[in-house]
Amino acid sequence: MSTTQHATTCTGTEEELIDRIRTLAANYKGKEGSLIQVLHMVQGVYGYLPLHIQQIVAEELDLPLSTVSGVVSFYSFFATKPRGRHTIRVCMGTACYVRGGVSLVESLEKSLGIQAGGTTSDGVFTFEIARCIGSCGLAPAMTIDDTVYPEVKAADLPGILEPWYNDGK
Amino acid sequence: MNIIKNRDELTKLRDTIKSQQSTYKNTIYVCGGAGCVSSHCDEIVKTLTKAVEDSGLSKDIRIVVTGCIGLCAYGPCLVVDPDGVFYGNLTPEKVLAIVDRHLKGGEIAKEFCYYDEDKGDYLPFMKDIGFFSEQVKIALRNCGRVDFASVEDYIANDGYQALAKVIMDMGREKTVQEILDSGLRGRGGAGFPTGIKWQAGMNQPGDQKYMICNADEGDPGAFMDRSVLEGDPHSVIEAMAIAGFVIGANKGYVYVRAEYPIAVERLGNALDQARAAGLLGTNILGTGFEFDIEIRIGAGAFVCGEETALINSIEGKRGEPRQKPPFPFQSGLWNVPTIINNVETLANVPAIILKGAAWFSSYGVGKSRGTKVFALAGDIVNAGIIEIPMGMSLRNVIYKMGGGMKDGKAFKAVQSGGPSGGCLTSDHLDVSVDYESLSAMGAIMGSGGLIAMDENTCLVDTARYFMEFVQDESCGHCVPCRNGTKRMLELLLKITSGRGEMTDLDELADLAVTVGATAMCGLGQTAPNPVLTTLKYFKDEYLAHVVDKKCPAHICKALGTYTIDPEKCRGCTACAKKCPADAITGEVKKPHVISLEKCIKCGACMEACKFDAVAYN
Repeated sequence: MSTTQHATTCTGTEEELIDRIRTLAANYKGKEGSLIQVLHMVQGVYGYLPLHIQQIVAEELDLPLSTVSGVVSFYSFFATKPRGRHTIRVCMGTACYVRGGVSLVESLEKSLGIQAGGTTSDGVFTFEIARCIGSCGLAPAMTIDDTVYPEVKAADLPGILEPWYNDGK
Repeated sequence: MNIIKNRDELTKLRDTIKSQQSTYKNTIYVCGGAGCVSSHCDEIVKTLTKAVEDSGLSKDIRIVVTGCIGLCAYGPCLVVDPDGVFYGNLTPEKVLAIVDRHLKGGEIAKEFCYYDEDKGDYLPFMKDIGFFSEQVKIALRNCGRVDFASVEDYIANDGYQALAKVIMDMGREKTVQEILDSGLRGRGGAGFPTGIKWQAGMNQPGDQKYMICNADEGDPGAFMDRSVLEGDPHSVIEAMAIAGFVIGANKGYVYVRAEYPIAVERLGNALDQARAAGLLGTNILGTGFEFDIEIRIGAGAFVCGEETALINSIEGKRGEPRQKPPFPFQSGLWNVPTIINNVETLANVPAIILKGAAWFSSYGVGKSRGTKVFALAGDIVNAGIIEIPMGMSLRNVIYKMGGGMKDGKAFKAVQSGGPSGGCLTSDHLDVSVDYESLSAMGAIMGSGGLIAMDENTCLVDTARYFMEFVQDESCGHCVPCRNGTKRMLELLLKITSGRGEMTDLDELADLAVTVGATAMCGLGQTAPNPVLTTLKYFKDEYLAHVVDKKCPAHICKALGTYTIDPEKCRGCTACAKKCPADAITGEVKKPHVISLEKCIKCGACMEACKFDAVAYN
């Protein structure tokens, strides 16, 4: 199961997506402790979790909306704004930090024209800081979706980003 | 795979697979750890498999894709057995040459082996390489030696024998006694004796109990649990079943970070295989014991590594810690008795059961028995995963195993234990690595992240870095952690931006002590450690920032600027080419200039300049 923050992986009209979310969530109604797992799946379908989607999850699971949005806002993996097609995450774990993660962040902010946490206006990239991706031996590291790039230098960035404009091909 | 109905079948299967494996002349272990995956070890496997087939050696050579072999800095890598020849930094071309020369020709392709700077020579055999030779592998015994995707290979290496032994021979009381005698302590950080925890779980009345594996390895700079889960998922499954049997639980959960998709995938596959073989489910090995495991994926919250916060998260709630007592063994998941162990702790269990408490406790020192896995990273040559007997000196770890500092730079500090740990200096290098010695110095063993830092590190900035992390990850449930860490961060930002005053240092120390003493959970209680240790051991650096308004390591950007001396500059353009911010302009062969507005003060120009023309002041 892939758990990274991809943009909408399912296609369909708004109604179809919502239908799918309702069916999916309804399967977990009454099953204790499934809210976070359901939110992971719903985010996989819809790409992010805006308030009207949280409302649907709340209805289907028979939970107060405040409980659902309390959980969504607590965890950093849940997004409430639309995301880019691909997620760039620069690792800022200690090893990456001491080996130059900061200059990667600065270079990316410059070349993408957005701050960390933002999404490019063409909708290709969402750019985030990762706490630690556990590839400390390869510091500084960054990921794009599930691909890890080890020992990245600022000069490598254009070459790394380019294929992703064509979805990594 | 067919259901394994009893211990005899398990043993027979083990012996059959072992004897099949012994018919091969060579076994090649190709590292498939997360690090090597990112450096495309799949291509290495493909090339190797094809070359072996093409050479007609398939009958003689067994290729195994394993978990982390350890030396991440040399990935992708492989080991050729029986001689233990280590090849690193592989490319498909090198693999072809290795097949040709080593496997076909019997001559080691030495120039693709590990190069030892001190000896000035290539060292082909693992037993000669300091990184490997000093290790004792218990928790990592199968990492890099078994196929993580094959329950058969795990069984061939005595897998699930410990579970059978516990259920059929030892029983609950004796198993707990064995774990108590071994001296095994929690490897997740706090170091609580595992046997005492299990005993409490066993003695607690209750029809329903749960066994949880904490795989929420959130410490920045730590990847031990990841390596175990990815490289040897079955040992965690087996240990959970053992613990479940002992405490009387029929259900287990593994709480894994969402940041570890490979670990989730491999653990999921291993669970499917274990179920298919009847090693999980009902009537395990024909004994009537019932146990199954579910994976729960975290959603990005560091505090969920704290056991009560983790419980809330499994229940689908915000991951805020609960007040203790009641402790989880009394009232945990869904308010029933629950035992939580960390991945590495569990990985030790099957080995202890099979080889005995005395064998395990023969390693280590004082109250720290056995081994500890560390993630060695930072400005060090041999970054990777190591497992050492406790009691080894930090110097040995950093210089002998780690190969010393990168690029010939000087050692400055080592940070142990992540945001809950502390920074130690070169004065501490001869100290023994164990729970007691480290905490006596203000650091902790923690989960086992060891980050070595060279002379270019600013320790005030490092303290700020950890405080920013903690402040961001604090769940906000209690005031000391929510507000205290915020104020501490503000003070550190004030100091690193050159506005610090002497009174700020006293206030910082005061706050650190208060937050540590009054926070509700481990996150807040240990959060001040990086600040306290740097204040204690690197006071000079704080004073340089506050009094002289200088950052000796040139990290804190507000303090000082980069300029080019026009007298010394030859206009070689090296600095302009290296500058990531296009802040340097000038014509060829004429002095260049740095735009102070554009400069991000990364220091790349200074490193690039061969004429010593770039100055920082």
